Amino acid sequence: MHQLTLAQIARGLSDRQFSAEELAGSLLARIASLDPQLNSFITVTEELALAQARAADARRAAGESGALLGAPIGHKDLFCTQGIRTSCGSKMLDNFAAPYDATVVEKLAAAGTVTLGKLNMDEFAMGSANESSHYGAVKNPWDLTRVPGGSSGGSAAAIAARLLPAATGTDTGGSIRQPAALTNLTGLKPTYGRVSRWGMVAYASSLDQGGPMARTAEDCALLLGAMAGFDPKDSTSVDQPLDDYLAALSQPLAGLRIGLPKEYFGEGLDPKIASAVLAVVEELKKLGATVKDISLPNMQHAIPSYYVIAPAEASSNLSRFDGVRFGYRCENPADLTDLYKRSRAEGFGDEVKRRIMVGTYALSAGYYDAYYIKAQQIRRLVKNDFVAAFAEVDLILGPTTPNLAWKLGEKNADPVSAYLEDIYTITANLAGIPGLSMPAGFIDGLPVGVQLLAPYFQEARLLNVAHQYQQVSDWHLRAPAGF
Amino acid sequence: MAIERSEVEKIAHLARLGLAEGDLPRTTETLNNILGLIDRMQAVDTTGIEPLAHPLETTQRLRADEVTEANQRDAYQAIAPAVENGLYLVPRVIE
Amino acid sequence: MQWETVIGLEIHAQLSTRSKIFSGSATTFGAEPNTQASLVDLGMPGTLPVLNENAVRMACMFGLAIDAEIGEKNVFARKNYFYPDLPKGYQTSQMDHPIVGKGFLDITLEDGTVKRIGITRAHLEEDAGKSLHEDFHGMTGIDLNRAGTPLLEIVSEPDIRSAKEAVAYVKAIHALVRYLGICDGNMAEGSLRCDCNVSVRPKGQEAFGTRAEIKNVNSFRFIEKAINHEIQRQIELIEDGGKVIQETRLYDPNKDETRSMRGKEEANDYRYFPCPDLLPVVIEQSFLEQLRGELPELPTQKRERFEREFGLSTYDASVLSASRELADYFEQVNATCGDAKLAANWVMGELSSLLNKEGLDIEQSPVSAEQLGGMILRIKDDTISGKIAKMVFEAMAAGEGSADAIIEQKGLKQVTDAGAIEAMLDEVLAANAEQVEQYRASDEAKRGKMFGFFVGQAMKASKGKANPGQVNQLLKKKLEG
Repeated sequence: MHQLTLAQIARGLSDRQFSAEELAGSLLARIASLDPQLNSFITVTEELALAQARAADARRAAGESGALLGAPIGHKDLFCTQGIRTSCGSKMLDNFAAPYDATVVEKLAAAGTVTLGKLNMDEFAMGSANESSHYGAVKNPWDLTRVPGGSSGGSAAAIAARLLPAATGTDTGGSIRQPAALTNLTGLKPTYGRVSRWGMVAYASSLDQGGPMARTAEDCALLLGAMAGFDPKDSTSVDQPLDDYLAALSQPLAGLRIGLPKEYFGEGLDPKIASAVLAVVEELKKLGATVKDISLPNMQHAIPSYYVIAPAEASSNLSRFDGVRFGYRCENPADLTDLYKRSRAEGFGDEVKRRIMVGTYALSAGYYDAYYIKAQQIRRLVKNDFVAAFAEVDLILGPTTPNLAWKLGEKNADPVSAYLEDIYTITANLAGIPGLSMPAGFIDGLPVGVQLLAPYFQEARLLNVAHQYQQVSDWHLRAPAGF
Repeated sequence: MAIERSEVEKIAHLARLGLAEGDLPRTTETLNNILGLIDRMQAVDTTGIEPLAHPLETTQRLRADEVTEANQRDAYQAIAPAVENGLYLVPRVIE
Repeated sequence: MQWETVIGLEIHAQLSTRSKIFSGSATTFGAEPNTQASLVDLGMPGTLPVLNENAVRMACMFGLAIDAEIGEKNVFARKNYFYPDLPKGYQTSQMDHPIVGKGFLDITLEDGTVKRIGITRAHLEEDAGKSLHEDFHGMTGIDLNRAGTPLLEIVSEPDIRSAKEAVAYVKAIHALVRYLGICDGNMAEGSLRCDCNVSVRPKGQEAFGTRAEIKNVNSFRFIEKAINHEIQRQIELIEDGGKVIQETRLYDPNKDETRSMRGKEEANDYRYFPCPDLLPVVIEQSFLEQLRGELPELPTQKRERFEREFGLSTYDASVLSASRELADYFEQVNATCGDAKLAANWVMGELSSLLNKEGLDIEQSPVSAEQLGGMILRIKDDTISGKIAKMVFEAMAAGEGSADAIIEQKGLKQVTDAGAIEAMLDEVLAANAEQVEQYRASDEAKRGKMFGFFVGQAMKASKGKANPGQVNQLLKKKLEG
């Protein structure tokens, strides 16, 4: 049963081949036996899952249908879940049972999904290896000595290992797409504002976006349809109708204009990854797409711009963790300053502290213009690049990551080397456009991801192209040995 | 722009992050590496470019002036580190 | 040396919205601690702000009332600092693009002259919670009910030159926000709070001196005292060869002094940046036009109308227009009696001293505007004299009913029957035959003085009820006769 996709599960439940409760029970057993190798869950919500599964079965018995009714999923542990620990992978929130549900959690629950648990992640979503979690590193099911990517590394590892068919993730600089690429999944970062941020603990508010992770584009379409939509509680949420993502999947690709940015195939890219990506391009051509070389000249400036904007926003967003109203508080503070300084020094891990320091510095008097304003100007240049490119092409295609999954601990000593891994993904966050990563093959047994970028609100187009490719390829069906 | 130790201490204080004396050299070095990466921005000519704060450049939606929240103090304070008589407690603040 | 004082004020007015600026919590004053603190107000992880339209509307009303530029786009920024009553570790405020730009307000000084005070800007922001320092085993208690209450921070130009002017300005702002109905102005409850930036410079010098900021002065009286104390302190300091340092000071009303808050404050670096959870607020011109049409008559307009329509002095007109309630009362008295000057005199005289003595607001006046107007009517139609009117007013204040009822009941009606007055005068003159002889023997100058004696005797004999004009006229005739 664990090999089933969400779409297959929907059919199985609808045909009464199994109940939601049986399915949940079977996956919970699998999690109990296999997750110790991976460490992909922070909290397994067995009781909740079984209760939700029984409720879904009862709803179905009462005549309800719905593609996600009884579908087992997991949430990245920064989506607030009422009464359940929402840790953000941090000691700071280890004791934080959120007093409310995130909009995404509420919407998916209303659709009938069954929450198996809360998934591991880089602390406060800061990282691209899932090694900064207070709960320990997550291992890549394709090679347990390697990282699964981050920050949604728990979601990625759990889905790749067939502990779950799908999960939520969040993407601030690539945190859905990069782990999806490193674990052979399909992951979508929607347009900024498409998915509500209410209840999604903020890392960098103007870049954060929740999205679906699954094995197939079809499953991502299913999940996105339930997650996305206008939310009056989020001022940055966009009040615009949703496309029918499922219906769009079957659209033929004839006439699709794909742009290949030369900057995505330059220095720093593993040549084997380049060939895998170009092989995907050849397949898409067979499906009727045309290809054009384009340029995104400001791509290289995106990394420094991102590493000012994201830490600046984070430094402010994370000020609320002060040991006063919730979360970790140090023992016996001598005075108020001691309460603040020790609670935060003891509650946050190194990477979080580093980014808070960088952000505080970038916003401080005398540096604001040179860092923050400059970064925002470059942000506009990055956006302008995309606007210009999308005047000529419908879609941009390139590698998701410059390298394959690396060894655990390999990039710990030098944070900058890990930051550079985000090169292909962060431009979409800066510009706010949607991006998708899908399986593109294997190199030495490790998955390769290809990234598709589309104009604002064209998630349906991304899912369509990925789905069409998945009809003529089988990379996405491959499972790691032992899972 | 290289950052000095004294500045690192000042920043840590602004951010209310306790920093052990022994960690200072390592922290300063790491921050300087990151700032080295960031400083690559300075090579870009951004004269006349309007800073972009939000990707969509839309405008703020307004909420009707209605009271929609009920008192949930007990639930919210159940997860607080220290409360008494409905108040959050902190070490004495000197005015 | 001659010194000149330069004062600029920052006034924080709590906007009287039902709900908070960024959340749906109530803003009622005095609720049990933390019962009006929602997820957003507590800064819970994952929560987000959504702007209250009424706060924007009220800020725009203020902007229109001070003839300010209202930016088409205004932006919220985060002011970052740690304090236990600031749940998110930042205050959502406005920095580079405030909702209200440059404007002005005219204030009336005690000598009746009108002075224009520039207003630099007014911006929207959220209030912080409160720290309670009673003893909780050596701990401080935090109540976040106030956190997120909308504030309009009104920043004046350094146009104010004395503590008295400062008070006049704060009173004018107080009147304005109450007229507009955007703030209840209750200074005791902190609805209107004032920070005073004070500096001194040698008279004639162009450059400003170094200023000190006195934080949170919460009554008109304290504003005057705190500023005067601070002026004195700075002058003495400089004359003793010292230097004023730029700092924040706290006024202690018990000791009537300001003291430095240094040490606690340290070097703040607020790291303002545009709030990424909020988008730019766009104010449509059509919205402003509609709002302009809905504005009530404002204090300055009212003052000018009172001067123009009723011929009142600038000072009287500005006193009567200082609050909407007082102005409404005055206008009702005037509408009833049709004599603006008498109405103004009675409202500013007897009525004001009565209210002062009893410590009452105009809304709580024991004498209604209709009653007072009715009484003035009786003065005008000679039913009673001004002197009797004071008796009638006191009786009305004591709740004895309308002027007519009191006049009737106490028999205070003025005697105007010439025959009756003449008869009464004859009796008075007969009883004082000696003085009449003296009068008739005296020269003009002496007669003038003696005439008053006869008037007094006559009024006494009539128990004050005889019409004074008639008494004068008839008495003269009889004595001359």
